[in-house]
Amino acid sequence: MAITFEHVDFTYQAGTPMANPALTDISFSAPDNCFLAIIGHTGSGKSTLIQQINALLKPTAGQIKIDDFTITPKTTNADLKPLRRHVGMVFQFPESQLFAETVRQDIAFGPQNFGMSEDDALVLADKMLEDVGLSTVYADRSPFELSGGQMRRVAIAGVLAMQPKVLILDEPTAGLDPQGRQEMMSLFERLHREQGLSIILVTHQMEDVAQYAEEVAVMRQGRLVKYGATREIFADPQWLTENQLAEPIAAQFAQNLSRRGITWSAWPLTAEELADQLASQWPKGERTDV
Amino acid sequence: MSSILFGRYLPLDSVVHRLDPRAKLLLSFFYIVLVFMANSLWSYVILVAMTLGAILASKINLGFFLKGIRPLLWLIIFTVIVQMLFSPVGGHTYFHWAFLRITTLGIITAGIIAVRFLLIIMTSTLLTLTTQPLDIATGLASLMKPLRWVKVPVDTLAMMLSIALRFVPTLMDEAVKIMNAQRARGVDFGEGNLFKQAHSLIPLMIPLFMSAFNRAEDLSIAMEARGYQDSEHRSQYRILTWHRRDTITWLIFAIGFAAILVFRRW
Repeated sequence: MAITFEHVDFTYQAGTPMANPALTDISFSAPDNCFLAIIGHTGSGKSTLIQQINALLKPTAGQIKIDDFTITPKTTNADLKPLRRHVGMVFQFPESQLFAETVRQDIAFGPQNFGMSEDDALVLADKMLEDVGLSTVYADRSPFELSGGQMRRVAIAGVLAMQPKVLILDEPTAGLDPQGRQEMMSLFERLHREQGLSIILVTHQMEDVAQYAEEVAVMRQGRLVKYGATREIFADPQWLTENQLAEPIAAQFAQNLSRRGITWSAWPLTAEELADQLASQWPKGERTDV
Repeated sequence: MSSILFGRYLPLDSVVHRLDPRAKLLLSFFYIVLVFMANSLWSYVILVAMTLGAILASKINLGFFLKGIRPLLWLIIFTVIVQMLFSPVGGHTYFHWAFLRITTLGIITAGIIAVRFLLIIMTSTLLTLTTQPLDIATGLASLMKPLRWVKVPVDTLAMMLSIALRFVPTLMDEAVKIMNAQRARGVDFGEGNLFKQAHSLIPLMIPLFMSAFNRAEDLSIAMEARGYQDSEHRSQYRILTWHRRDTITWLIFAIGFAAILVFRRW
């Protein structure tokens, strides 16, 4: 689903003395089947921005188009249910949304709300559990018996079970161990590649951005300051620093090496790219494989 | 959620905001007692004038208070209708069926109840809008001090109260967060028949309780780690001081209170 923002403004508690403008004049267009990363300093409006996409928050001005749906300040909640079905949302620390008696019932909750029969939903739940890397042994347990990382997976399975076309992820790997983080990110990458899911990822992990995102939106104080291909965004280290953003570690490493006289044909953003370029520059005779 | 004003503090700078919380708490208390004692037209005029005067002095938009009443509107309407239908005999009888009747006296009583409701809601909303929750807790603790003589654990009660008040906004934000997450999973809050609505609360209440218990546990561990001990006498960071403006406000209100008692039909 293609997503287009047209001059979107959003103010929290509009019309009260606490009014707090959170988004100002946001315009961009993300194509169908995109992998878009939204980055920016804490409080820059990232979370507010993504909540506009499935209309949990409605713009105070401007409009958002998602395929045939148009969200304007006047859109009513009844019109939005079909949209929410197609736009899955994984919030920060999604494990706090678990409530059902068993893991299976919790995962089946979303699809049932959107009209799937209970039997079908429960079968789907088991499949989703395996998709997120948990054995079906857990299906009959209470979600509150699981570890934090397992709860996270169950919550994500609950969103994936709605079979959305767009998946919005708000810092999905925060608080996970490095291995869990990598497994989670490769799950999203696989869904994107194999099932053509559009993915919108809010994150502070520049390595994840460099490795997975095709496009990047940079937010600053409620404004969209830059939107472009990942490589373009990371091309200007000085600009990144000015916006309180860091380069991926591989790029920082490459920069240190270039001070020592190594030149790069293309700026490496991931560890693989860095390793490939270093290997190709190495004089063949001196190369030893360890 | 954000439409519930009770318990939310509105940071502005006004005389009402600067008043000692003890002064405001005691005034609100006596005011509510007098609302129930008032029974003549003039006593109500004075009560309304006092509330409007206080709201004006607080620099808070009157529309705010009207919005604060909205969640309780149905309760008021329900009470008024019941009161009217079970009118006592008195004045002209407009309607009579079995044990139900509407009389002039009944309509007046119902009107008085509606006015009392509104005055009490507006005054308590004014108190919470202009006083930080922690100040309310400190004020209450200070007012309860005499109870120490009869072995009431005032300090512990004050601590419980300030913790409870402190977590009201936190839990409200948490509730909004969970509601959003469940709404994204297709729950319609506040739609359908009563049974459906009650059913849709389960996915909200269970996670909310879980998070509240977890928070309580974390907090108790954090407090113990910093050496908190129950019933230990502790000094306070916020020390309340009674200013001249508190005395002046009290004098003004005391005149009003006296006038109400004078104009009341005994």
